[in-house]
Amino acid sequence: MAIRFLINGKPTQSEAPPATPLLWVIREELGLTGTKFGCGTGLCGACMVHLDGKRAFACQTQIAEIGGKAVTTIEGLSADSSHPVQKAWLAERVPQCGYCQSGQIMSAVDLLKSNPKPTRAEIVEHMSTNICRCGSYPRIVRAIERVAREA
Amino acid sequence: MTIAIRNSDISRRTFMVGAAGLTFAVASGVRVDSAAAARSGDVTMSPWVTISTDDTVAIMSPAAEMGQGSLTSLPLILAEELDADWAKVRVVVAPPNDELYKNPSFGYMYTAGSNAVTSYFKPLRLFGAQVRKVLLANAASHWNVPVAELTTGPNVVIHAASGRRLSYGEIAAFADIPAKAPEVAESELKRPDTFRLIGHDVVRVELPSKINGTAQYAIDVQVPGMLYGAVLRAPVEGAAPDKIDDTKAKAQADVVQIVPLPYGVGVIAKTPWAAFDAKDALKVAWTRTGKAWGFSSEKALPEFAAAARDLTQPAKVWGKAGDAVAAMQTAANVVEAEYRNDLVYHAQMEPLNAVASVSEKGDACEVWCGVQSKTIAVTVAANALKILPEKVTYHDMLLGGGFGRRGHRDEEYVHDAVVLSNAVKKPVKTMWTREDDVHNGRFNPLSAHYLRAGFDASGKLIAFHHRKACDEVTAFQDPVRYERQKGRDGIAYNGVDAPYYEIPNRLGEGVPRESGLRTSSLRGIAHLTNIFAIESFMDELARKRGVDPAEFRRELVKSNPRAVAIIDKVAGMADWRRKRDGSALGFTYMNYSGTQIALAAEVVLDRKTGALRVPNVWTALDPGITVQPDNIAAQTESSIVYGLGFALFERITIDDGAVEQSGFYDYQVPRMRDIPEMHIEVVATDNHPTGVGQMATPLVGPAIANAVAELTGVRLRQTPMTPERVKKALG
Repeated sequence: MAIRFLINGKPTQSEAPPATPLLWVIREELGLTGTKFGCGTGLCGACMVHLDGKRAFACQTQIAEIGGKAVTTIEGLSADSSHPVQKAWLAERVPQCGYCQSGQIMSAVDLLKSNPKPTRAEIVEHMSTNICRCGSYPRIVRAIERVAREA
Repeated sequence: MTIAIRNSDISRRTFMVGAAGLTFAVASGVRVDSAAAARSGDVTMSPWVTISTDDTVAIMSPAAEMGQGSLTSLPLILAEELDADWAKVRVVVAPPNDELYKNPSFGYMYTAGSNAVTSYFKPLRLFGAQVRKVLLANAASHWNVPVAELTTGPNVVIHAASGRRLSYGEIAAFADIPAKAPEVAESELKRPDTFRLIGHDVVRVELPSKINGTAQYAIDVQVPGMLYGAVLRAPVEGAAPDKIDDTKAKAQADVVQIVPLPYGVGVIAKTPWAAFDAKDALKVAWTRTGKAWGFSSEKALPEFAAAARDLTQPAKVWGKAGDAVAAMQTAANVVEAEYRNDLVYHAQMEPLNAVASVSEKGDACEVWCGVQSKTIAVTVAANALKILPEKVTYHDMLLGGGFGRRGHRDEEYVHDAVVLSNAVKKPVKTMWTREDDVHNGRFNPLSAHYLRAGFDASGKLIAFHHRKACDEVTAFQDPVRYERQKGRDGIAYNGVDAPYYEIPNRLGEGVPRESGLRTSSLRGIAHLTNIFAIESFMDELARKRGVDPAEFRRELVKSNPRAVAIIDKVAGMADWRRKRDGSALGFTYMNYSGTQIALAAEVVLDRKTGALRVPNVWTALDPGITVQPDNIAAQTESSIVYGLGFALFERITIDDGAVEQSGFYDYQVPRMRDIPEMHIEVVATDNHPTGVGQMATPLVGPAIANAVAELTGVRLRQTPMTPERVKKALG
């Protein structure tokens, strides 16, 4: 039976088996490849999306769980890279290989939504869910602080 | 990835300068994008530069982009001498063509060793200057004035006397291109103080695509009718499937085909989840072929250490000065020490994968992959199908991290995709899971280091001897290069002889082990472990002599002003001589391929748990001319984080020849909560640019160990310096 949900505000559906990770439906069925496969175990955050506005590991979310819910991916954050977090990411020249950065941005947006002026310690705690093997961490901190400052 | 100018206006005149023989060619109506340049039969020579009448300057970029920034920095070097307007430059990914685009140091298109800017710097400046000269000559004849009266500004030729200007695009509309490229003397190149682009940060060209999900990696490729592949590879290198029970795998929904391979079993399915599930359902008994069966890293390391220490064991001389062995005999005082390093995994964020589409007849193939050598990828695909390289269409993709993992001569994950696609003659995206990526990892080798130093009666360091026992790397990673280099394995031994330290008698040797494990270059390469040993040892020597460790090193590089300056710089930045309360600093220095770098780390120790915390790292590096300073700082931040993982957590163990770890649950890499405050200074000098991509990585481990020695008096001798090991060492 098809599972219906919203992807970046638009209704969609999937016929994949209920236990299928949302990640693969987003990437290979819906063709939204900004959300990445990094570990498949909820430990790296490359697959981070928003589920009803809160961050969630797409690789740990089965599509059976998302019926009627709203999924937001990096592609749904803004049409033109104009989200303040995206702008700050560019201003601080955060990405290196860039592979983890969709997930990093989705995590940062989630943080700033509930806590627009996070302390350094709060940033570190929240963002330690996401691995960046290129070690762009100092720039991620600076980008988040820039958003908080400019808000 | 395609960052290319698409020139569909065939009436537009373009001209270009090629590398082969530095000959110019005129080409009107040539489509200028990387795919067209790779295929088009009527272009006898691929261009480095194409100037269009709309004033666009297209410049080829020959290196792989894996986050290090070469995609931008290489064309920027050419643009500098061309005096191009960077806003009008379009970067084009160069197609696979060793003859035209090879890295001059390697002889083929290969991005590794933090070497791209170093090796391409001179040729790219020359190509840029040649095109500029042609533009000037054309403007001179157009205006009928002497060339000497002309100058250039960004994308424009200027005749100051008459106030006339011609844009590069305007010149392109009438330009006569000489059959032979003009000579350019080194003295005609720009003086560094006149650079407009080099040394001035620009936004990396692919960066905007990396904040909105549009950056394209191989794993993102979608081809109509595409299937999904997974591969169960043998747990031990050289083993093969003996008995395959695929009953359960075949019974899974959406499984298309099971493909037995010489080294494993492939699965092709309609969805990725079906492919992964079916792979997990395979039951395979493996042959006990392959050398590493029975190998245990825990048991092997003491044996490696014994071999390193045993001077009767055969060794390969890597580098020497004077006669260290004889000098050691005459020394008044000899100090010995030993260090060990566990295996390390790359953990690039994008698990290895590739997409291949083999034609119905099996006589042609398209591949999409992220690789450190695109010409190798083409060769791998061609060899797998026994077709000519010309029948392989290569699509260049961004790399979700490289770190040395994606440049092996067999590029086995590309091979996987090609053979699976060939089995069904359909496009197949073959992905490794994270577990596959760890289990099939190719690691920085296990190593044991024996070092000894001899002092004369006056206390002068007169002899240095370093023996490193490890599996060699190049023989496995790149047999072609190994043979070409006549068995000299720089990936394993480079830097083992500390060639930059002014010690009259030095000897650095490799004591090759033959475990049969898969080995690889990894960020920091040979220096990663060699420098852990050398810089820890230097610290021990300094302490034994009662000399300040920074001063001790300074004395050993005193005839090199750049080295002295960088040591002094970091000592100043860290306020090195100030004693801390509850923490301590460790100091390190290295000359890595000509880049001068020193690094100090501050360490806090939790004596109850043995956990080390690094609140601060100070580093300064002098890589000569700094092409993109902010990117150098970013690479240095990145290098420090990578070095921190090596120093504190990262450890692969092998039992019965097979990898024991599986993912980020049992292989820990640094997270934001682990990283120090980083204080970085990039020091620009007018020297030829040298590497920046991994320079801090090897210094982090020894800086931490040296800080622990300062704090506790206890020497840590093995990476990673885990809490358990620290507690044990503290007793």
